[in-house]
Amino acid sequence: MTMTLTQQVVTIAMVIIGTMLTRFLPFLIFPPNKATPKYVQYLGNVLPAAVIGLLVIYCLKDVNLFSGSRGIPEFLAIAVVAVLHVWKRQMLLSIAGGTIVYMLLVQTVF
Amino acid sequence: MKRYPHIQLAFKAAFPYTVPIFAGFLFLGIAYGIFMNSLGFHAIYPILMSFLIFAGSMEFVAANLLLLAFNPINALFLTLMVNARHLFYGISMLDKFKGVGNKRWYLIFGLCDESFSINYSAKVPKDVDKGWFFFFVTLLNHSYWVIGSTIGGIFGSLVVFNTEGLEFVMTALFVVIFIEQLMTGKKYASALTGLGLSTACLVVFGGTNFTIPAMLAILGVLTLFRRPMEKKVEVTA
Repeated sequence: MTMTLTQQVVTIAMVIIGTMLTRFLPFLIFPPNKATPKYVQYLGNVLPAAVIGLLVIYCLKDVNLFSGSRGIPEFLAIAVVAVLHVWKRQMLLSIAGGTIVYMLLVQTVF
Repeated sequence: MKRYPHIQLAFKAAFPYTVPIFAGFLFLGIAYGIFMNSLGFHAIYPILMSFLIFAGSMEFVAANLLLLAFNPINALFLTLMVNARHLFYGISMLDKFKGVGNKRWYLIFGLCDESFSINYSAKVPKDVDKGWFFFFVTLLNHSYWVIGSTIGGIFGSLVVFNTEGLEFVMTALFVVIFIEQLMTGKKYASALTGLGLSTACLVVFGGTNFTIPAMLAILGVLTLFRRPMEKKVEVTA
């Protein structure tokens, strides 16, 4: 450990402050008692679908297509999730099915 | 609880949505606790950090920060960059968190990836109090994460069964929510914009640096195509 306890506390506090700034800022800039600008309302409407797309890619950011298992278990498991979900439309079933397939693939095949 | 039937109802409605998070956060939390333990930190570190920061990937980064030379400004800016995507969650939830009273402050505090994606996409039944539903989703997720890192921090070395690959539960959750957006929300244009631009930025900028360029690109394209997108939203609404 190179840091003193105080330095550790300050570092952790900075991470807390940074995280909370990113979470609270939109609500502080656009309080509920004031009309939110039309452009921001539009963003609130179209952003979520795009951000969830970003989150899917965010989960796959460490997949390397050119070495190791080449992302094959990830893509197979995602296909299982997609097929199960379009077919049965049961959130827990799709998630559990895909995760079990993924675990089997990385533990036994790859 | 008997005197508060509406709270009980909201809990019952919220809990099933959090089951995948239970599996994922318990696993990731245990992994985080073990990781902190292996770096030589007492269990109180992962417990308090999970409770107060409640941002998984940033907590792993923070563990590394604690091993480097003291640089608080660097810590602040790194956090702002890693967590900048939360700004998008806030903008998306501005309307949904209106009229939920003081619970709003806790909902904003707990606006992690998983709480956001559930609270944004869940179809809250008409007879269920929206504010309490959001509250329980957030509280349950927060609890799972703290419980996981507590177990990992204290008993980390005792976990024996093969959990390799369990972390995929989070990917599966986001994939399901993404498909739901396509099937019910019919927001093909913005969903594919997000997926496509993020993939492009991942290829160009690499895994550690792609989120900020991806967000700027998404913001740019959605702004550029505001007129046609708004027309589409009106038609489908």
